[in-house]
Amino acid sequence: MSHEGLEAENLQLWRGERHVLRGVGFAVPRGACLHVAGANGSGKTSLLRTACGLLYPESGRLLWNGRDVREDLPAFHASLIYIGHEPPLKADLSALENLRYWVGMRRRTDRAALESALQRVGAAAWRERPARTLSAGQKRRVALAALSLALVPLWLLDEPTTNLDGEGQRLVGTLIEEQLARGGLVLAATHHELPVAAGRVRRLELQLA
Amino acid sequence: MSWTWFHRLGSPPYIYRLAQRLTPWFAWPAGALIIAALYGGLVLAPPDYLQGDGFRIIYMHAPSAWMSLMVYTTMAVAAAVGLIWRIKVAHAVAASCAPVGASFTLAALVTGSLWGEPMWGTWWEWDPRLTSELILFFLYLGYMGLRGAIEDTQRADRTSAVLAVVGVVNVPIIHYSVSWWNSLHQAPSVMRLGKPALSTTMLAPLLMMLLGFTLFFVAVLLVRLRGEILNRERSASWIREALGT
Amino acid sequence: MPELPNPELAAAPTAGMNGARAAGEGATVLEAARLVLQRDLTLAFRRRGQLVQPLAFFAIVTTLFPLAISPELARLREVAAGVLWVAALLASLLALEFLFRDDAHDGTLEQYALSGQPLTGLMFAKTAAHWLLTGLPLALMAPLAALSLGAPSASIPGIVASVAIGTIALSLIGSIGAALTLGIRRSGVLLALLTLPLSLPVLIFGARASELAIHGAPYVAPLELLAALAVLGVTLAPLAAAAAVRVSLE
Repeated sequence: MSHEGLEAENLQLWRGERHVLRGVGFAVPRGACLHVAGANGSGKTSLLRTACGLLYPESGRLLWNGRDVREDLPAFHASLIYIGHEPPLKADLSALENLRYWVGMRRRTDRAALESALQRVGAAAWRERPARTLSAGQKRRVALAALSLALVPLWLLDEPTTNLDGEGQRLVGTLIEEQLARGGLVLAATHHELPVAAGRVRRLELQLA
Repeated sequence: MSWTWFHRLGSPPYIYRLAQRLTPWFAWPAGALIIAALYGGLVLAPPDYLQGDGFRIIYMHAPSAWMSLMVYTTMAVAAAVGLIWRIKVAHAVAASCAPVGASFTLAALVTGSLWGEPMWGTWWEWDPRLTSELILFFLYLGYMGLRGAIEDTQRADRTSAVLAVVGVVNVPIIHYSVSWWNSLHQAPSVMRLGKPALSTTMLAPLLMMLLGFTLFFVAVLLVRLRGEILNRERSASWIREALGT
Repeated sequence: MPELPNPELAAAPTAGMNGARAAGEGATVLEAARLVLQRDLTLAFRRRGQLVQPLAFFAIVTTLFPLAISPELARLREVAAGVLWVAALLASLLALEFLFRDDAHDGTLEQYALSGQPLTGLMFAKTAAHWLLTGLPLALMAPLAALSLGAPSASIPGIVASVAIGTIALSLIGSIGAALTLGIRRSGVLLALLTLPLSLPVLIFGARASELAIHGAPYVAPLELLAALAVLGVTLAPLAAAAAVRVSLE
């Protein structure tokens, strides 16, 4: 019984006066996907941000491969990628440039790799246009390209299918399934359903406080 | 065993009750010392041979200035403890210190100005100590302004804690550079708030006043701290019991 | 479905642990910092109009003083160093507000904090970009302002040196204030209130160095003190800014 994967024990989190996470726990082994579900305001985003180490819970522990993440936070961060509600793109840079800077912070990339990633998500035609001219769906596709290039075991995704058409949503499902097949893990927070085969997905339902 | 003590210090209800019990132990001695020091300084000590009776304001000015610096350091240390070990009570202590320290600074500035006027005919002098004191006042204002501008208590605590630590590192640098600046532009008649040579009868009240101010600060801090804790923990269950309702 | 072992993921080195130059390997902190610098410079040049604003402000403020005091160059020369430095300080302050603003809004700052790279190094890179875009141009413009206030041309090297080194320190100190005021609406005045007291030593030494240069006296001593402040800033300011940024992300 290996401890590989992400585990949380009894997370208690306050945001101001609100007790957002009340003793949340989960265990996501390698190759598994956790669907964090719940209504708006139930704390899905807060849970995801706590799981990446951005938010500090009042009590409770977060374990990555059996070790407390606070022991070596930079190594934990190097093993994950977090994509929030809005893909972090700079309006004045093109999709290609955005991707180069974003992924380049953690991995050396070359133009060929960037181009092929953008090709895969259907962005080849508009990859040189500045991000301010892109629609929300297009920006999300760029974020998907970043996922495929990051080569990290842990993905934390907030509303990964927002603004995507049917084809885009299937792409998200494919990417997640490939990640799981590689032995990676995915935590996805969404109030929709995930386009992933039900057998691979565990569900964590958050209640409104 | 020692860690239990440390953990209890971090517990708001424990600190609240401790502060309540300790306050009179600081408040009464503070009052007594200050009154005694005032008597010693204003009545018993002989007039200075150079400055006459005007020098007596040193009994308010010097302790105020000293306290303004001491309170800032206390505030920064409390803030650092809260920042590193995530202890909420430490942040409450830092928040309680700030207005007290700012008041001491203002008192030092006002008494410094009052001292200067009858001595040298001007209400303000860019003397290195007064100038440093003025900058310290701005540092306090900045700290309180930053706290006030952030609504979320935890974020306000942690952000202002970073500022307090940065400030305390800067205070010696600012003091040095201001002294350096002042020494470059020495006017022929040195208009300094120079301390007159102090005999024992003059020194004793000064030290008493300093001790009195320190105890006064602790007493005020304890009272403010209780208010601060009440405000932060207002939705907690122990509050009703503590207030006896 | 059996779990396929993935040599790619298992062997993917964490940042900073390799020396080969192949694509797909982890990036070192220097490479990440270089990218941060490059990105900020690229973005600034795509909005070239905004780059001129602090410089224009500097010019206008400098013009205020002769109008408020006197057109006589002899009188202006007495206050030239001070005027120059106050104007540079205020211009530098104006440019600070935007140091982290955009990055905080679009989530870039969050990605920096989650990149696994030392945030301190990335903060240093951002501050370096800020200096290249603001401080350096100010240092090059300062002689013009000084000459207009009656300074002799022999003073130009001293003025450029003092403003160049001084603005390095100002950018560093300012980055702390900018990081602390992230997320506060309309924080311009608060930013000034926080940064100005901390910048006073820079002002004192820098103005003194410029003053000595204008009067033809040796100015190395205050310049060295200024450089010491800059070095202190380099070691401590990015650390404080990184701490403040992490707090703002909580």
